[in-house]
Amino acid sequence: MKTMTQPRAGARARARTRPRAEGARWKRLWTNRTLLLMCAPAVLFFAIFAYLPMPGLYLAFIKYNYTDGIFKSPFVAFENFRFLVMTGDLWRLTFNTIAYNLAFIVLGNFLQIFVAILLNELRKKWFKKVSQTIMFLPFFISFVIVGLIAYNILSYDYGLLNGILKSLGADPVKTYSNPHVWPVIIVVTFLWQSTGYGSIVYFAAIMGLDSEVVEASEIDGANALQRIRYIVLPWLKPTFIILLLFSLGGVLRGNFGLIYNLVGANNTSLYSTTDIIETYVFRSLMNNFNFSMGSAVSLYQSVFGFIVVITANWLVKKASPDNTLF
Amino acid sequence: MQAEAVRKRIRSDATSLFVRGFGYAFIGLFALCCLIPFLLVLGTSFTNEGTIATNGFNIWPRVFSTFAYKIVFENPGLIVGAYVVTICITIVGTAAGLFLVAMTGYALQRPDFQQRNAISFFIYFTTLFSGGLVPFYLLIKQYLHLGDSYLAVLLPGLMSPFLIIMMKSFTKSIPHAITESAKIDGAGDFTIFLRLILPMATPALATIGLFIALGYWNEWYNAMLFLSPDMKYRPLQLFLYNVITSADFIRNSSAASNVPLRDMPLESMKMATAVVATGPVILFYPFVQRYFIQGITVGAVKG
Repeated sequence: MKTMTQPRAGARARARTRPRAEGARWKRLWTNRTLLLMCAPAVLFFAIFAYLPMPGLYLAFIKYNYTDGIFKSPFVAFENFRFLVMTGDLWRLTFNTIAYNLAFIVLGNFLQIFVAILLNELRKKWFKKVSQTIMFLPFFISFVIVGLIAYNILSYDYGLLNGILKSLGADPVKTYSNPHVWPVIIVVTFLWQSTGYGSIVYFAAIMGLDSEVVEASEIDGANALQRIRYIVLPWLKPTFIILLLFSLGGVLRGNFGLIYNLVGANNTSLYSTTDIIETYVFRSLMNNFNFSMGSAVSLYQSVFGFIVVITANWLVKKASPDNTLF
Repeated sequence: MQAEAVRKRIRSDATSLFVRGFGYAFIGLFALCCLIPFLLVLGTSFTNEGTIATNGFNIWPRVFSTFAYKIVFENPGLIVGAYVVTICITIVGTAAGLFLVAMTGYALQRPDFQQRNAISFFIYFTTLFSGGLVPFYLLIKQYLHLGDSYLAVLLPGLMSPFLIIMMKSFTKSIPHAITESAKIDGAGDFTIFLRLILPMATPALATIGLFIALGYWNEWYNAMLFLSPDMKYRPLQLFLYNVITSADFIRNSSAASNVPLRDMPLESMKMATAVVATGPVILFYPFVQRYFIQGITVGAVKG
């Protein structure tokens, strides 16, 4: 990296002091030219689509208006952030985003482990295969369909839920105007969509368990529960910790597709419990055209999220040095 | 043989039997919960609209009707157009993306490639820090001028750090000695990749290609951001999204099919469109499932 980004003057100065080392460096670049060229499209891709937008976060410090553009709009320093803190928006968004992600991560992992262990206990091959295939199915559909399915179940007039309630003689519920039920709906939908997919990792880990250990425990008379408690669960612990820490790194990144399609674009009555960072930024862009406010929230998310990832990676390093990402 | 007998005898104690029974019940129920919503959509799409109004959505159509499908295909231009757009984007994007991901992944795991760590970090860093939606939107729309262009859907989906890392760990399992011996025989790096590595990496390519293809097939986010609703042929998921959420669409198809607005099968039509949009993926899915499983396990082992 250093060789590639070193400014010319610096390189020349160094070349004077250590000509041989510098020459070797350029030679190395030359010998690897094909490999470098093979990486070039990807480097270009990420430079354009990921790095080029980054300076755009400058928008967070100005009061953007369309006629003045980025460079002439007035500079307001931290005014946008102050506004976000004053209105309480920032707190609500942070809380919702983190709370949803924690629920997804913790409940998700537990359910995945639970399902993987139970799958491993089953003896009928066809049952295992069929149920695994079906549980994996929700992963394959788009969030648009997920939203439609939720509507199928929850719609006030025609939903399956109200149909059942009515046939039991109970009053139908107005789900789409009651913010308190949405955390449950969103988490359940997430679990519905991701458990089959996520349990595969744990199932594969269980498959890697030494069968001799399992057999030995059985000869010693361990029953299924004891085997799970003393062999399988400890065996899954490292996988669990690593996956947990990795997902904790993304705790500030909300699941926009899920929430946007479940809640709908403009259902303001549900914002108190369903608005996350991504949906707020999306609205500030597409509905309010408040580019600066959206960027302020994005910048906050990126910086705060960066700190969280570094911390999580540091924890991974402590837990298992082989699994760190960098 | 004897071990098998021992296993059978010991496993039939009460606790183990209970655990197994519970396993069958729980997994069976969970699988059923995963399946029912699909049946609900399917059932509703075949239900007569009047029945929906009185009885609500149901898995089993009480009064069977294919009217919704008739309306959807009455004006086939739109949905066929959406299909063609999505298929084209998926094919082109998957072919190009797969090639680029494979090439990058192979180069980045070569132990004799000194710059590999720097470049890997350059790619990986984008998952740690991002400019967020607004600058990305402005870039695509105002600077690259890709608004209302299919390229706005195609380009951002080509690669992802996750897939490149997955490709890296896949190709790592191909011994480096193969590359080395080919080099001694005088083959260049690109030739080695094209002639030797690609054919050996077909399972990996299948997995990664399917991940990219699924991404394109289900892509609605960039489409919603960058393609205007006035566009005639929208990608499938955006089309579906508009059918579900916009009244305009219903009005237009009412005019096109000469069915008065109040007789339009509003609800069943949404479901019918969803079935038409998702059907192929679900039919295709059991055959390709194992490639996804492969990818998930490899991706998880090596971050």
